[in-house]
Amino acid sequence: MSATRPGARWFTAAADDELTIFERSREGRRAFVAPELDVPRRPLDELLPGELRRAESPRLPEVSEPEINRHYNRLSKRNFDLDTGFYPLGSCTMKHNPKLHERVAALPGHAKLHPLQDPARAQGALELMWQLQQALAEIAGLPHVSLQPSAGSHGELAGVLLTRAYHEDRGEHRTKVLTPDTAHGTNPATVTMAGYEVVKVGTDERGNVDLDDLRAKADDDVACLMLTNPSTLGLFETGIDEVARIVHGIGATLYYDGANLNAIMGICRPGDMGFDIVHFNLHKSFTQPHGGGGPGAGPIAVSDRIEPFLPRPQVVRREASGNGAGEAYYDLDHERPKSIGRLRGFQGNYGVFVRSYAYIRSLGAAGLKEVSEVAVLNANYLLARLRAEGVLDQLPVAYDRLCMHEFVLSGSPMKRDLKIKTLDLAKRLLDHGVHPPTVYFPLIVDEALLVEPTETETKETLDGFAEVVAEILREAREDPEIARGAPYTTPVRRLDEAAAARNPVLRQP
Amino acid sequence: MTQYTSATDADRAQMLDAIGVESIEDLFAEIPERLRLRRPLALDQGLAEQEVYEELRELAARNVSTEDEISFLGAGMYDHYIPALVDSIILRSEFLTPYTPYQPEISQGGLQAMFEYQTAISELTGLPVSNASVYEGPSAVAAAGYVAKLANGRTRFIASRGVHPHSRETLRTLAHGWGMAVDEAPLSDGATELPEIGEDVSAVIVQQPNFLGAVERLEPIVEAAHRTGALVICACDPLPLALLKSPGECGVDIAVGEGQTLGNRLDFGGPSFGLFAVTDALMRRIPGRIAGETRDADGRRGFVLTLQTREQHIRRERATSNICTAQALNALAGIVYLSWLGRRGIVELVELMLQRTGYARDRLQAIDGVVPLHGQPVVREFAVALEAPVEAVIRRCREQGINPGYPLGRDYPEFENGLLVALTERRTRDQIDRLAEVLASAIASERSELAGART
Repeated sequence: MSATRPGARWFTAAADDELTIFERSREGRRAFVAPELDVPRRPLDELLPGELRRAESPRLPEVSEPEINRHYNRLSKRNFDLDTGFYPLGSCTMKHNPKLHERVAALPGHAKLHPLQDPARAQGALELMWQLQQALAEIAGLPHVSLQPSAGSHGELAGVLLTRAYHEDRGEHRTKVLTPDTAHGTNPATVTMAGYEVVKVGTDERGNVDLDDLRAKADDDVACLMLTNPSTLGLFETGIDEVARIVHGIGATLYYDGANLNAIMGICRPGDMGFDIVHFNLHKSFTQPHGGGGPGAGPIAVSDRIEPFLPRPQVVRREASGNGAGEAYYDLDHERPKSIGRLRGFQGNYGVFVRSYAYIRSLGAAGLKEVSEVAVLNANYLLARLRAEGVLDQLPVAYDRLCMHEFVLSGSPMKRDLKIKTLDLAKRLLDHGVHPPTVYFPLIVDEALLVEPTETETKETLDGFAEVVAEILREAREDPEIARGAPYTTPVRRLDEAAAARNPVLRQP
Repeated sequence: MTQYTSATDADRAQMLDAIGVESIEDLFAEIPERLRLRRPLALDQGLAEQEVYEELRELAARNVSTEDEISFLGAGMYDHYIPALVDSIILRSEFLTPYTPYQPEISQGGLQAMFEYQTAISELTGLPVSNASVYEGPSAVAAAGYVAKLANGRTRFIASRGVHPHSRETLRTLAHGWGMAVDEAPLSDGATELPEIGEDVSAVIVQQPNFLGAVERLEPIVEAAHRTGALVICACDPLPLALLKSPGECGVDIAVGEGQTLGNRLDFGGPSFGLFAVTDALMRRIPGRIAGETRDADGRRGFVLTLQTREQHIRRERATSNICTAQALNALAGIVYLSWLGRRGIVELVELMLQRTGYARDRLQAIDGVVPLHGQPVVREFAVALEAPVEAVIRRCREQGINPGYPLGRDYPEFENGLLVALTERRTRDQIDRLAEVLASAIASERSELAGART
């Protein structure tokens, strides 16, 4: 297959093998110049006995600063990124990351603040955290927030452990947690990690939770139902009231996976739907850059009955006491006798809080609502455009309803008729300078393609994407080998993942 | 229209027409009316960029950062100098803004950086398999506990009292869900006392250097644990590992740790990253992402996320962890920092800390009213006991622009007036001398005040 198939060449770096930083190492080169030793030098043995020391220093690279700089700059050019192009990765909410946020997060008062600084000397940080808690509580429609969890799955773990504490406090020992068969993999994995058994609930023909199946499985042993709404199919769970009635009817908690919150900010609220516990992904709806796989943050919001169990410490606002002259101040409350305890060190990913707080302040109530409106408008428009292009003949929408901020297509007919799989379509999109949608998730849709354009994108970008997909299908009708061999224009071609897993090479020899 | 969206009125009209609905409101028709929020969110209205900047600047100004005082605070996070190179690399859009590298052909930069990071962590810890990062230090300890539970199915952990209090508490939070108990091994002269290790012990957990700054002798603990089939988890500060015998060399099964000291900002506690390395035997139980080397269709070297059958998106309820988003950008800062230090530099840096810490320890312990809290070797942090109320002494020192360290009494009732003092390469001899002066005078003042109160 020729390597000069049509498609833009986005990558400017040479496609040659890149040496690793270790392969660039030459003995004696260095970037670091140590500050002068300004205290009397004592023999090493006196300070650190020989039997505690290593015989050989760790073999870190020996490279000069210009070389490190060039190395990582060259590596960067072998990454596709959101700042360069369309990234409709379903369930991941790849929205613009405002540059202001990096500037304010880097201010020394935020970036160089030690986590054990006395609260009286970290009032700006604690106030910011408290204000963010208030804002998230309002968005979720639940009164109490802990910012501590480090990511969505960490928030889920917090939520299930809170559920456990809630039941145990009432003297109950339940053993099962329900998750829909459409759930993110983190949901069932979390359930196991929190010491519960997973029970799967089915999906009905409209893409909602199968209420009959839910009723059949909802017994006194169920501690919680974990639900995403809109679901991972991009659909609003229209029976949510009934779901909440069933779950609360058996005394279980209702958990909200906030991965899809971007569809409903200011439109409706998980708390009003009956959810007891919500996690937010600040790296999704609230613009923390994804960083190639983190950092994120996964705050949780909870109802009154769950509040006593929230992780320690909790950021609180205290009214000034005594002489009455002082203002309210902010503090860390460690005295929480029913708390599940800590989930991590210190107070959470503060640097992420700064960015998300800046975002909420920039947009305000009206702006956040508009974000969700445009996210949903963009998704429905893109679906309509794909339909108009004839794409849905080969890639039908899994559930033909109004979608929320994302939708799922099935590549099943395409695989049968055009002899290319969803994976091939995804790889061919790479040659067109587009990041593919999420593929093969949700699991209940055959050859799934989960598309989330986000509010960031213009109509022109969406039009362009629809045309590219149509073009790839036309091309496949003529010659499916092109897509099957894709990509061609990327720094490397299709990689052998099976070989990597069979014979793991996980570090430089 | 917001500053971050582009749909004009004309766009909206065309888009709604293409969808076949009248209004944006119609797109939300599936949401039951009862659930619609028919009022604006109770949040302030949006602001101009410059207004947001001013507000965030004002909040920052109300914090006392390590630029505003001479700080000897450590206890898990340390005020190291971060080279400009690190900032420059991690601010690049290509590293800052992509998702987890699910499409390896367009993610080689991030994947290769993970592979390099894994190599460096493997070198530091002396263990063959590193993942690409977990959240941070204390949750890494708990995650390691989970690996031990999966590996041997036993019912109890023993954590040294020298393990960071946040790590012990985090482990306890999670272990409760697994129905496992966490017992503590006491310290003797600042070092972990060899505990009684029964057949029910899943893992023994120690920290290197421990919370009091003491360098632990790991081998006897490893030997005792392995004799009964328990694993050993060691939480390490990665920088001192430049000099210390590595956990792998000592026979440790799982090395974890707080990665902040490798080129990451303090950020009031996060985001940083957790390092996580294991023996070959535990390779398929390690949590989180791992980059591995492979070949592309043309036979060229490339990198992919590998061993994914451990992970939640494949294995679901049978995954070895629920972790998804971790700390890739922070780990990137880590590998850039380690490359910048280099093989010689990291040793020079840690030796500098060692010398200055030794100097500071001597200087402080020479003060009337300061006594050693333990006699173990230390690298970058040490503990002393004050013969005066520690919180009051700290307050006095801070008035002089010195933050002398962390009061141990909050976590260790047995060290009521203990003070934990941390050094980095940023703390010069002049600053140490100033600390000694200010501390001596604060202690003297407190003692004379107390004496005065008694008479």
